[in-house]
Amino acid sequence: MKTGLMTALAMARASARCLNFNSMLILVPVCRNLLSFLRGTCSFCSRTLRKPLDHNLTFHKLVAYMICIFTAIHITAHLFNFERYSRSQQATDVSLASILSSLSRNEKAEDSWLNPIQSPNMTVMYVTFTSIAGLTGVIGTIALILMVTSAMEFIRRNYFELFWITHHLFIIYFLCLALHGISGIVRGQMKESMDESHPHKCAQSFEKWDDHDSGCRHPRFKGSPPEVVMHPSKVLELQMIKQGFHMEVGQYIFVKCPSISHLEWHPFTLTSAPEEDFFSIHIRAAGNWTENLIRAFEQQHSPVPRIKVDGPFGTVSEDVFQYEVAVLVGAGIGVTPFASILKSIWYKFQRGDHNLKTQKIYFYWICRETGAFAWFNDLLISLEQEMEELGKVGFLNYHLFLTGWDSNIAGHAALNFDKATDILTGLKQKTYFGRPKWDNEFSTIATAHPKSVVGVFLCGPPTLAKNLRKCCHQYSSMDPRKVQFYFNKENF
Amino acid sequence: MGQIEWAMWANEQALASGLILITGGIVATTGRFAQWYFGAYSIVAGVFVCLLEYPRGKRRKGSTMERCGQKYMAAVVKLFGPLTRNYYVRATLHLLLAVPAGFLLATILGTVCLAIASGIYLLAAIRGEQWMPIEPKPKERPQVEAIKQPPSNPPPRPPVEARKKPSEEEEAEAAAAGGGPQVNPVPVTDEVV
Repeated sequence: MKTGLMTALAMARASARCLNFNSMLILVPVCRNLLSFLRGTCSFCSRTLRKPLDHNLTFHKLVAYMICIFTAIHITAHLFNFERYSRSQQATDVSLASILSSLSRNEKAEDSWLNPIQSPNMTVMYVTFTSIAGLTGVIGTIALILMVTSAMEFIRRNYFELFWITHHLFIIYFLCLALHGISGIVRGQMKESMDESHPHKCAQSFEKWDDHDSGCRHPRFKGSPPEVVMHPSKVLELQMIKQGFHMEVGQYIFVKCPSISHLEWHPFTLTSAPEEDFFSIHIRAAGNWTENLIRAFEQQHSPVPRIKVDGPFGTVSEDVFQYEVAVLVGAGIGVTPFASILKSIWYKFQRGDHNLKTQKIYFYWICRETGAFAWFNDLLISLEQEMEELGKVGFLNYHLFLTGWDSNIAGHAALNFDKATDILTGLKQKTYFGRPKWDNEFSTIATAHPKSVVGVFLCGPPTLAKNLRKCCHQYSSMDPRKVQFYFNKENF
Repeated sequence: MGQIEWAMWANEQALASGLILITGGIVATTGRFAQWYFGAYSIVAGVFVCLLEYPRGKRRKGSTMERCGQKYMAAVVKLFGPLTRNYYVRATLHLLLAVPAGFLLATILGTVCLAIASGIYLLAAIRGEQWMPIEPKPKERPQVEAIKQPPSNPPPRPPVEARKKPSEEEEAEAAAAGGGPQVNPVPVTDEVV
């Protein structure tokens, strides 16, 4: 912003602040009831305190003069701003200003612009009268001018009704003032983008922003489009950044895409960990809206559609980190919150977070077929690799149960029994077929951890919940110092 | 509301618009904005409007406060007779002056304000108002009386009636005697007791 506009922007914003302050003040001395009230209650106050109340109209006029002066400064500064924006949009040479202006064209997203004059064909006049800020500014200023000219001493003394009625235009003035900043044309560079490519460091090297090797990248401003990752089986991952967004593990958000439907908000569980600098959701094609969304994001040539996000909501499953041993059971679609939980546990483990009591995780993934969850598969593979690198192979113990198997798959698996990785999933752990035998699982865990408190977390169907609860009661020993299973059914 | 003279307000509004036109024009010209020649026009138009509107017209009822130093411009404006007296002419003139400044963003505020002033002048013209110059009222000089001569005799002086009867002789004598010895009209005895 600063290269294009230099001091004019600072002047405009400074005078805008003063205008806000003065506009607030100007109504106070003419609140007659308030002044009468103050005079009444201040009767025990000294006379000097009440004296200024007598000069309320003088104060009102003084503040009005200041408003006029600051309005003039503000308008002049913005005239210079708009002219500079227009010039940098039309600049054909390669300069920092012209690259910043064409940000929206490069990113192919509707909303990542910095220069409000988005194409060389738009004139300043067009932008003024089609943007809320410009229109409210013009109307508010005209109301102000009419109020001031009818309040001149000569008019006021001789034709009082004219002054009185015209002065009620202040309602329009205040309305326009309130709406003036609503469209957010002045944008700041986002904090994450500032860490990555600070203007001091990167302003000079703007030619190299497109190279991935250079230290600086295209700066991202509020309203940057999401990163899109397509997974197999028509699963779309959206990685987004939003100012002031803070999530916990296992929460969900509502998502709306105005270009598909203006009324529909759909909930999606967050699949990223709070330690990451973006938040992500995985969207599977399961209906009209999701299919349209995936199709819209798949297109390479049209601009990326805008997404609105509400949230995050949902239970905070922080309890997961409090148990020494955690048994996580995810059935079908219920595996999604565990993506977030597993990633978060992994980050905490990596950083040696002392609040993390978890020493071992048993993860049971039960689904009909892995197709739709191939992305979760990839997550497990990458976690597996990272654990090997850190030398902590025993930390995560996962089992995948495919309940929708047929003899073909089983035969195939039997043939490849000796291979190191599973043929279906590519994981080191072999895939099981059928449903898990919980009695066996629980007794194994109880034997392996005779003195621990084990937390069992389920996200799945109620019958499974009943089953697991029964097992928890059964396998918790009577002795409180020995193994105890605590069942938590999370409504993710 | 029937007492309002719209021309007075239109005059204030037009003066303000002239100033706004000048300011907008200066911004556009010094910044060398695109199409800055409209800015130059705006300065000229603004100066013209300010000069035309500076002398305040006379109110129909009551006294009118003159603007400081307006009598020089008032004399010039009076010269044009019906062109400046008639508010229809002023309304159209302002409207025409406002239009070219509307092409530039920096001066469009001036255009709108001048157009509003033109509208108010139209309203004033429809109600039959006219621009009358403020004539300076001739000072009513008091009747020039005969300048009284100061009294020629020092105090104590008899009241005017005592002097009036043998006035001609006394006056002649007194005038002849001039600065001679004092003639006391009332015998004065100098008694030393």
